Amino acid sequence: MKLDLSLYDKIFENRVRLQIMSVLAANEEYDFNSLKELLDVTDGNLASNLKTLEKEEYISVEKSFVDRKPNTRYKRTAKGLKAFENHLVALENLIKQQYK
Amino acid sequence: MEQKDLFRELGQIRSLMEKSSKFVSISGLSGVLIGCYALIGTILGYYVLHRPQSVAALFGENPNKPFLFLTIAVLILLSSLLTGWLMARKKARKNKQSVWNITSKSLLFAVSIPLLTGGILSLLFLAQGYYHLIAAMLLIFYGLALAAGSIYTFAEVKWLGILEISLGLIGLCFPDKGLLLWGLGFGVLHIIYGFIVYKKYES
Repeated sequence: MKLDLSLYDKIFENRVRLQIMSVLAANEEYDFNSLKELLDVTDGNLASNLKTLEKEEYISVEKSFVDRKPNTRYKRTAKGLKAFENHLVALENLIKQQYK
Repeated sequence: MEQKDLFRELGQIRSLMEKSSKFVSISGLSGVLIGCYALIGTILGYYVLHRPQSVAALFGENPNKPFLFLTIAVLILLSSLLTGWLMARKKARKNKQSVWNITSKSLLFAVSIPLLTGGILSLLFLAQGYYHLIAAMLLIFYGLALAAGSIYTFAEVKWLGILEISLGLIGLCFPDKGLLLWGLGFGVLHIIYGFIVYKKYES
């Protein structure tokens, strides 16, 4: 069987980006600080990976203020969810492939 | 990528999706403890209501029964909340999570709507003199709160909620057995639930 890699998404080769997308697939929305605590990454690392996902239109960003502190919330887009699901299928196929 | 790496990767994605959307720091042991408090409270309540002569040494010949009963109930409630919170905090620290995070907030919000409704309704019933319905009704609303909150925590909580609701509905048919109902609902069911969660996730 020829290995089909069309579903595999290079964007998700980065660990943090795959983790962000997992969280946003499971939740309506998540804010920056909660993501940071959950994934245990630095501000800069998280911000740059969120930027990449935003540029790909995999996630959408909403900025607001809570008690005068900036509160940035992220949501998955339909395109992002599709890409994430496809990527999971690709990983599963890779596993199946190796069984053969 | 090696096959076991792929398995690990998928496993981590799964656990992250769980961890990000569910508050799993509720301690099973705290459920057992809270159940024990409730049983002690039920026994105390029974003596105050039905055997006043046995507590006369402590509270005088003519204790103010409703006041004593309410005091016991509030003390049990406060110690249960404190126990639940402290043990959740301990468990969260062990998992390197904070107890006050996005999932615990969602859980509290979901739980608070049925609980507040039940609480206010009970006060209104109290004011109207429908005392005999309150025990069963609080149990029903507590069960509704658990069922509502269960999407943000262990699946077992949903079943605990359904059992509490059923017990409350049965209790409405036996309005004079309110105390027994609380002993079963807040005591026995919590102990069983806590034990199951402890066995399944903590030991």
